[in-house]
Amino acid sequence: MKKIFFALLLLGASIGLVLTALHKNSTESTPLSELRKQYSQKTKPSVDHSLFPQLKKKFTKPQQVTAACISCHNGRTEEVMHSTHWNWERLEYIKGKGIRAIGKRNILNNFCIGIAGSEKSCTRCHVGYGYANTAAYFTDSLNVDCLACHDNSGTYMKANEKAGMPDTSVNLNFVAQHVGKPTRTDCGACHFFGGGGNNVKHGDLEMALFDPSRNVDVHMASDGADMQCVDCHTAQKHQMLGKMYSVSSMNRNRVQCETCHGSMPHTDNVLNDHTLKVACQTCHIPVYAKVNPTKLFWDWSQAGRLKDGKPFEEKDSNGTDVYMSIKGAFVWGKNVKPDYLWFNGTASHYLVGDAIDPSKMVKINTLYGSYDDPDAKIYPVKIHRGKQIYDAQYHYLIQPKLFSDKPGDGGYWGDFNWNRAAEEGMKKINLPYSGKYGFVETEMYWPVNHMISPKEQTVSCTECHTRENGRLANLNGFYLPGRDYNASVELFGKGILLLTLVGIILHGGARIVVRRKRSKMISNSKAETISAKSKGAK
Amino acid sequence: MKKEYVYRAFERFWHWTQAALIIFLGVSGFEIHGSLHFFGYENAVHYHNIAAISFLILIAFAIFWHLTTGEWRQYIPTWKNLRAQAEYYIFGIFRNAPHPTKKTVLSKLNPLQKIVYAGLKVLVIPVMVITGLLYMFYRYPQKYEVLSLNIKNLEAIAILHTVGAFLLVAFFIMHLYLITTGQTVTSNLKAMITGYEELEGEPHEKKKYPEVNEPVLSK
Repeated sequence: MKKIFFALLLLGASIGLVLTALHKNSTESTPLSELRKQYSQKTKPSVDHSLFPQLKKKFTKPQQVTAACISCHNGRTEEVMHSTHWNWERLEYIKGKGIRAIGKRNILNNFCIGIAGSEKSCTRCHVGYGYANTAAYFTDSLNVDCLACHDNSGTYMKANEKAGMPDTSVNLNFVAQHVGKPTRTDCGACHFFGGGGNNVKHGDLEMALFDPSRNVDVHMASDGADMQCVDCHTAQKHQMLGKMYSVSSMNRNRVQCETCHGSMPHTDNVLNDHTLKVACQTCHIPVYAKVNPTKLFWDWSQAGRLKDGKPFEEKDSNGTDVYMSIKGAFVWGKNVKPDYLWFNGTASHYLVGDAIDPSKMVKINTLYGSYDDPDAKIYPVKIHRGKQIYDAQYHYLIQPKLFSDKPGDGGYWGDFNWNRAAEEGMKKINLPYSGKYGFVETEMYWPVNHMISPKEQTVSCTECHTRENGRLANLNGFYLPGRDYNASVELFGKGILLLTLVGIILHGGARIVVRRKRSKMISNSKAETISAKSKGAK
Repeated sequence: MKKEYVYRAFERFWHWTQAALIIFLGVSGFEIHGSLHFFGYENAVHYHNIAAISFLILIAFAIFWHLTTGEWRQYIPTWKNLRAQAEYYIFGIFRNAPHPTKKTVLSKLNPLQKIVYAGLKVLVIPVMVITGLLYMFYRYPQKYEVLSLNIKNLEAIAILHTVGAFLLVAFFIMHLYLITTGQTVTSNLKAMITGYEELEGEPHEKKKYPEVNEPVLSK
């Protein structure tokens, strides 16, 4: 007994030792607590712009504001004029296509397709005044709109369809006297409404982020760290960190969680092992479009239906547009589980004029990567599907002119004539239009990076490590424990277990039967002897 | 018949700890495999890793014990009486025939046991340990390190580990059944708990090691 006791003691002690060795000291100060301290200190601007006489002079034109700004901040407009915010394109290397200048200026998508022909409307979000696709416009530093990003008064806004000019209601002096570091309100005014409405494009960038709760985004939460966009998207000389793979293709200038959190952010080493192949976003963004829906499907081929000769809109029970005569039919999604892809940070794009196969789905952008690629990790993406216009003879996508100034200018939103819209749009991008059009299915991939959930809501192990319907069910080329198995090994294993059990039942059953028979025989013979004896006794 | 001290303290400690660990590794392992749900996936992974390291420590002690006591000789497989032993389980056991091999302190295992246990010790357990360690420490394709150490895919490792696990479960079930085939249904179990067992024949002289490959024939 004593020995057994000591044996158990030894076992307990050794398991205890191993446990303590595996368990890390959790009281040490973590990088996370340091980060919290760092970001809890909010800086105040060092000067009060409302006291500067230059900003008290009455501004009648927005360009006068820019002139006033650069009278002190000289050279800053030059920096802006080297940025993507200004140029709407940058040089990118695309595999198989070489180095190309790509960006909003010339890349097509499957939302509003492209800006050509519709500049007046689209360039409301250009960081300049009175956009024109001319050298004169792009080289005049007075056209730079400082206020769009630096307004801290919350009263600045650009006018609709005025190529980036401010709304007439804006008090330019008031705004100029209340400038500072860009806020979520400044960035969100454009970035939350891409594609013509709130949350249409990204799914993870929308107006709920003006004042988000912790559940919507742990970093930006108004009741939490209240981080601003520029806390992560830092800038040097007005060159912002971060980019989107809808308009860029190279693995550079990316905002990375690891910059602050490091590559081994968990106390659990098994979780840290994941970071080699799984991006942070994959587990920490369980769903996107948490507050308002995002567009998942846009069918342009349905556009153009009129009621009494007039365009109309149809809304679903939540008040979301599901049909617009000018744009077609939409499918929206809220609290959407992302799709997942291997992604190495490089992408390819459909460039205007590229040939397509109209019988197949056209990929507007392609995210590269595979399990074997040392640079690739699993990333969450929003897939936006569409049906959009293409040239049925020349087999390339069409850039239609959408926005219409006046009837008869060819803009689809005024004339509802695809032929005219295609003609005018293609003229703008210097490609011939055959006069025959059709609609082709397209897909676009948008990595999901925002709306990081609190850790309690993180994707759990079995949402991927599961046999059926896991989040990674469509990712192949590697062995995922809990999901994958070898069917013949499984059959072999179950087979030998079954054989063993059947063998035991038969063998054990036979032993029991034999033993019963034997004990009966013995008792019978005993009984016989006893009865014989008793007979004899009689 | 003589009551003999067959299983020494460490042997019994080793046996029962190993039994507990293998059951535990089996349950947590098959949860990781996706076959059952018990601890919760994250716990199952942690418990499995901890149990695996405990098992490695136990194996280290067991190897030391087997080598220093010479008990490892008990497991050397033999052809002798193998057929007789198999025939005993197929026919003899139902006719109340005596065991073909006599269990002594110096030769505790019958020829079938020798083969199966030796197979476990030199094949199944090492395969499980090696694939298990690779499973724990394997590296995905990555840069900046020694490239030749990269394991491209977990698949082969995982599949071997699964095959071994199925074999161990089959062994475990079979083992549970076969312990009932001793002198009485519970005599083997009692022996492994107390260390003492009623054996036929004279008590053995102490500190003498068994003749290799020569189990004693019974009539």
